[in-house]
Amino acid sequence: MSGIILPGADGALYQRDRAWHPAADTPGYKSTTFRAPKHSLLALGPTKSEMSGPTFGHEKLGALDNDLIRNFSQDGTEAIGQRMIVYGQVLDENARAVPGTLVEFWQANAGGRYRHKKEAYLAALDPNFAGFGRAVTDENGFYSFRTVKPGAYPWPNGGNDWRPAHIHFSVFGHAFAQRLITQMYFEGDPMIWQCPIVATINDKAAIDQLTARLDRHNTTPMDALAYRFDIVLRGRRSTMFENKLEGN
Amino acid sequence: MLHPVPRLKESPSQTAGPYVHIGMTPNFCDLPGVYAADMGSTMINGDVEGERITLNIRLIDGAGVPLSDGLIEIWQADASGSFVAPGSDSVPAFTGWGRQASNADGVTIFETIKPGRVAGPDGKPMAPHVSLWIVARGINIGLQTRLYFEDEAEANEGDFVLNKIMDKRRRQTLIARKEAGARYVLDIHLQGEKETVFFDI
Repeated sequence: MSGIILPGADGALYQRDRAWHPAADTPGYKSTTFRAPKHSLLALGPTKSEMSGPTFGHEKLGALDNDLIRNFSQDGTEAIGQRMIVYGQVLDENARAVPGTLVEFWQANAGGRYRHKKEAYLAALDPNFAGFGRAVTDENGFYSFRTVKPGAYPWPNGGNDWRPAHIHFSVFGHAFAQRLITQMYFEGDPMIWQCPIVATINDKAAIDQLTARLDRHNTTPMDALAYRFDIVLRGRRSTMFENKLEGN
Repeated sequence: MLHPVPRLKESPSQTAGPYVHIGMTPNFCDLPGVYAADMGSTMINGDVEGERITLNIRLIDGAGVPLSDGLIEIWQADASGSFVAPGSDSVPAFTGWGRQASNADGVTIFETIKPGRVAGPDGKPMAPHVSLWIVARGINIGLQTRLYFEDEAEANEGDFVLNKIMDKRRRQTLIARKEAGARYVLDIHLQGEKETVFFDI
């Protein structure tokens, strides 16, 4: 590849569109009240410190790290719930695949119960389900994992607030400034539109971007449904002297 | 065209929620058996140049209450001012990256080394610093800031980033005080009179 400088290989990141992301202070989601900074953020040009980031090539992932149906099984029994494969591509804003990056995910069980010591919801734990896993994207930016569909669950915000079924995602990218945590929702779930956490996002198209699509083509017949969830990280501007003639 | 319009929008952020530990520090929240160790819990593996230090970073909300459900990741240079080379397949002696959940007192503790100086955008070395990324219930998008060291006063004086903070009093919110045993202590105030400076990077 010598002589070819890929556009964006070492350019600055695009500015984050903070009107597309949720604001810090969103009163409908009450926990933000005392946790939202009141001062403006200080706009900082990119420095080496944020344009670099950790890599995990040396981390040995376990064979079951992306199989939530089996990675906590006590005796070989599989987790209870609607079996499904969640997969997707990690891309940047230039629609370029992000290979070799770590994707982490966590969720409640089929009944909406998290396996966490501070969780007190009366729905039962599944003895064979912990609810977390991780994967590294392949050379084309794809990740996948097997799990059960999480249930909705109530939370102490308003008097009767329920979270829609969702899976939390953490993605790294290649720069510390690309670091992102988000949540995946399910196509067609009516609870998406009553959730104060979803509603921290102003733009319906942005919410749509967090909504995974049922993908019949990739289901495993008589076994598991498939949902596709692509994730977009910040992209890099082209460098001054990139020599791609047609631009990008 | 030097600045083409992006074709895709970045996936919007959502809060990490109160159960972030399930996915990111499972052993810390009594979920052993799936991962051998929590990622980022150890930053030093073997012989590493540099001064061993401990960072005690406390998260405090706008009502003065410590966050017992927060999580911090740090990213920093090694003692020579270099970041870990990407694509390394062997375990780096120093990872440069750490992840810790806050304890009941709102404190995260990192065992690391004091970073060297890294060249800033103006070509001059920035003061030694550690980059921080903070997530928790009630934080809709991760907060980015830095930790500097009070015993680097001269370097701090000329630091590219600290000098971007117009109100000099607020620069102090990023400077950790030194205690016995090479322990650096920093309170991060999410909101209020002592509010920490957060960046849009």
